[in-house]
Amino acid sequence: MAITFTLNGGRQTVDVNPQTPLLWVLRDTLGLTGTKFGCGMALCGACTVHLNGSAVRACITPISSVAGKTVTSIEGLSADTTHPVQQAWMEEDVPQCGYCQSGQLMAAASLLAKTSRPTDADIDEAMRGNICRCGTYTQIRSAIHRAAAIKAGAKA
Amino acid sequence: MSEMMANRRDFLRVGSGLLVGLFIPESSRLAAQGRGGNGAVNPNAYIHIGADDSVTFLITKAEMGQGTVTSLSQLLAEELDCDWTKVKTEFAPVNPALYGNQGVYGSASIRTTWAPLRQAGAAARAMLLDAAAQKWGVEKAGLRTENGFVVNPASNARLSYGSLAEGAAKFPIPTGVPLKDPKQFRIIGKSVKRLDTRDKVNGKAQFGLDARLPGMVYAVVARCPVFGGTVAGFDATKAKAVPGVKNVVQIPQGVAVIGENTWAAMQGRKALEVRFDEGPVASVNSEGIRKMFAEYATQPGAVAKKTGDAEAALATAAKKLEAVYEAPYQSHSPMEPMNCTAVVYPDRCEIWASTQMQSGGRSTAAQITGLKPDQVKLNTLYLGGGFGRRSGTDFLSEAVEVAKAMPGTPVKLTWSREDDMQHDLYRPASYVKFAGGVDAEGWPVALTAKVACPSFFGGRPGTVDSTAVEGIHTLEYSIPNIYVDWRRADPGIPTTFWRAVGYTQNTFFAEAFVDELAHAGGKDPVELRRKLLRNSPRLRAVLDKAAEASNWGKPAAGRHQGVAVVNNVGSFTAMVAEVSVTAGKLKVHRVVCAVDCGHIVNPGIIRQQIESGIVYGLSASLKGAITIDRGRVQQGNFNSYDVLRIDEMPRVDVHIVETDNNPGGIGEASVPPLAPAIANAIFAATGKRLRSLPIRPADLA
Ligand code: FES
Ligand code: FES
Repeated sequence: MAITFTLNGGRQTVDVNPQTPLLWVLRDTLGLTGTKFGCGMALCGACTVHLNGSAVRACITPISSVAGKTVTSIEGLSADTTHPVQQAWMEEDVPQCGYCQSGQLMAAASLLAKTSRPTDADIDEAMRGNICRCGTYTQIRSAIHRAAAIKAGAKA
Repeated sequence: MSEMMANRRDFLRVGSGLLVGLFIPESSRLAAQGRGGNGAVNPNAYIHIGADDSVTFLITKAEMGQGTVTSLSQLLAEELDCDWTKVKTEFAPVNPALYGNQGVYGSASIRTTWAPLRQAGAAARAMLLDAAAQKWGVEKAGLRTENGFVVNPASNARLSYGSLAEGAAKFPIPTGVPLKDPKQFRIIGKSVKRLDTRDKVNGKAQFGLDARLPGMVYAVVARCPVFGGTVAGFDATKAKAVPGVKNVVQIPQGVAVIGENTWAAMQGRKALEVRFDEGPVASVNSEGIRKMFAEYATQPGAVAKKTGDAEAALATAAKKLEAVYEAPYQSHSPMEPMNCTAVVYPDRCEIWASTQMQSGGRSTAAQITGLKPDQVKLNTLYLGGGFGRRSGTDFLSEAVEVAKAMPGTPVKLTWSREDDMQHDLYRPASYVKFAGGVDAEGWPVALTAKVACPSFFGGRPGTVDSTAVEGIHTLEYSIPNIYVDWRRADPGIPTTFWRAVGYTQNTFFAEAFVDELAHAGGKDPVELRRKLLRNSPRLRAVLDKAAEASNWGKPAAGRHQGVAVVNNVGSFTAMVAEVSVTAGKLKVHRVVCAVDCGHIVNPGIIRQQIESGIVYGLSASLKGAITIDRGRVQQGNFNSYDVLRIDEMPRVDVHIVETDNNPGGIGEASVPPLAPAIANAIFAATGKRLRSLPIRPADLA
């Protein structure tokens, strides 16, 4: 069944089983491998993307539910790695193995879109669904605060 | 095809396209001057300089977050004296002739490359100086290098490395080039940013699971849920009826379902009808394993250490203590589940993998396909975590088996999280029975430990698998009478290296029991360790640092401290944990860690790795455990095997105590002392001795 949606600013049509999770459409059908598979059950956050601007777990989002909507994956977060969270992540040198980081960045970007100066409690709440087995949590927290500052600076 | 030709082809592959004016070796010269030939380290194996002044380092060690891409580059760049901002990296091909055995384990990457990579950088720099001297017709001795240029101070002339590279390649590789005095280091010892960060924040970094090839198909495998079980029969009709399923094939490990995407293959596997012969392990469960360990720990074992006469000293000790400590099986659960992509042709095989065993992976594929190792090309991709799990080649074998069944078709084989958790090669469960005695002044005089656990690294019967007892028989404490033995107990659950290996459970056992001895003798835990470490100055120095930095003995109101130390992977680590227990609820507020890992290459990465090990240790101490029922793992995903989350992350303070020793390992240094530091702090808070991991809220109530 053909399903059309907006992906990273462009119109996209795919012809797959409508039950197929968005994660596998992105990775296998469309070759956008920045979105990661970690658990398949909305338990780890590795597959986080934005659906109409909000963070969702692509591993449990059937492609049929995406029809007509707007999806942003890590590849579309910015054209040139300049989104405030990407800048902050580079300045704090957050990633270790890096595998969880696409999901972390997408979750953080969604948090900042809604809460411009998140508190530590806001960060806990928004990010506790994103596992990092390498243990980059302290750096993630610093980077989110830094990204908020970058964003505020850019606006000022 | 000879190994030599393979070498040449690999280099040409690296050299094609962007890079020109490389150090492309003649194959004959390689044979004469490769590693081990005349003793010189061949810089061509590690360094390529382009006419455009780009510098590409070939990284022989896989990157799993431990920072090899960056820190190995620092070693090369320091002696090469190149422009750090122009450094690029690629993963080196698997090439035993050039690189020996390629694998990442034992926190050994820096330890094994510290000398050769600096020598390679120095040799390349010497050859660039040769080329410049020849070009200018001056003495080499009068020239110097500066950030990617050769400079002639007499004339102020400058030539970039890129302009000299082709000429430099024609000079013989020098031997015995003097290395820099560490005081002159400008890149080693600095917290330069990781070279791979940009690609890891924009989705470009290619992990094993990201391999893509034209015409690729996607496979998952149905395996017997019981370890050691086999396929008795299957009916593929329903699986093949699932839309998107292309094929079903039996392989030695199970039945593979192949689809047009991963999801289709997974759906096909759900529909597959398969019967298994579960085999003898089907009767194994955790309770039975525990009983087996407990029984074995009362029987004589292979002796790992015997100093003095512990038995006699215990009999006359002023005070005697006994205790049993236990740790469960643990899964590695890296964020990237196991996977591998392979294609097999009649005369060659190519693999794309996130593996800790590059050389081992290549030989495994050669065995399965019947090809020669040099007909197998293994491409190393980023590892989404390893922690020892990717030292296994089981997942790679499966991919090659499926690809062999479909010659010419590239196959990506993916494990679901459940596959990964239920078919891991686990950290062994373990059990130890301690006895200890203190004298009339309260100082320990005897320690005995009887360990029972499985072995994955053992040799002949009667010998000791050091990974079963390390952390106990390696204790640096001056206790006059020590006896450690080990009885192998193998219930049939597959096991392997898990970050910090035997130390992960044994340091918990030993450092918590030593704490018990301190309290039995009325000694402060730090004071006791200081005294017993009188012959271990490096360990004592980090203990002092951690005690000072944590304000030992004076925690904030309502908080309690616990201490532990370890010497593993060539490094020395001390840790103080600060916890509170309120209404049965544990909170870890702060962990202070002091580490001496000798010469330091990148303090930023060291801090990250220490913190990473602490998080890994916290998950294993406070969260999940792998349990067995009817020969199966009972956990399947992060809902039944939880790990530490951001809201539970304590403050971590890392203090690097730099010493003038060869570098020690760092990836595994901070895991072992975490659990005992926490357990000892809980004792300080509650008076409860928790002797079994993980620590559960119920234990604190
Ligand atoms: S893969 Fe979607 S939340 Fe884990
Ligand atoms: S950086 Fe490795 S899992 Fe987060």
